[in-house]
Amino acid sequence: MSEPAQTQKAAGPKPRPLSPHLQVYKPQLTSVMSITHRATGYALSIGLVMLTWMLLALASGPAAYETFLSFAGSGVGQLLLFGWSLALFYHLCNGVRHLLWDMGYLFKIEKAYKAGYIVLLFTVILTAYFWWSVSV
Amino acid sequence: MKLKWEDDGTFKSPLSRARGLGSAGGAVTHWWHQRLTSVANLLLMLWLVCAAAQMPGWSYDVVAGWLAQPINAVLMLLSVISVFYHAALGCQVIAEDYIHHEGLKIFKLGGIRLFFLATGVTCVFSILKIAFTG
Repeated sequence: MSEPAQTQKAAGPKPRPLSPHLQVYKPQLTSVMSITHRATGYALSIGLVMLTWMLLALASGPAAYETFLSFAGSGVGQLLLFGWSLALFYHLCNGVRHLLWDMGYLFKIEKAYKAGYIVLLFTVILTAYFWWSVSV
Repeated sequence: MKLKWEDDGTFKSPLSRARGLGSAGGAVTHWWHQRLTSVANLLLMLWLVCAAAQMPGWSYDVVAGWLAQPINAVLMLLSVISVFYHAALGCQVIAEDYIHHEGLKIFKLGGIRLFFLATGVTCVFSILKIAFTG
């Protein structure tokens, strides 16, 4: 077997091999849902600024609340609120999946996948039901 | 020498072996608080989502009147405390995992704590003001 190191130039050391990282793996439902749990959690944390604004505006009086409402009702505001509602329901449903893992359930690969699909289904149903019932 | 988390033959539960791990001895507390607040969040957010879905409108009088009700104010206070604490713990894990520069990480971790403390206190004060004067 030929040594590839011998064909390299003598100048400079051979770069050390790197362990395989994200880019060599095919995205799977389990891995994509795992990183999405983090991403939605982070997005929801930023969304708390909007909640803080709403509560502070309510405490400050009708004029401040009107300013908040005009933003929340605008196109950008509605888009943000829809995104945060989607993130909330995903993080809530997938959080239950994580709690079940913590209790020792769903470790069989087919069960992890099945629970994943149930989470996605419930996320869509809850988000749709919320926006259908909320008065905008 | 046995490491702290290894079975030393004594009748210790896995939890008691894991307690005190982490560079500052607080890893299990962090993990446990995240789970505890996640269960609280699950119940409180289901309540909040139902309340928001049933809100007859979003005018100042309707929303402030709703929040002034003692049961709503108390549940909203609990929600804010549990959610903001859960968010701070989660953001801490993200910063610890992805920031590899030690100085920047400490700066970010301090910033996360101060940010959620400041916004959380703002929410708590606002709820109390509406509940007591609204």
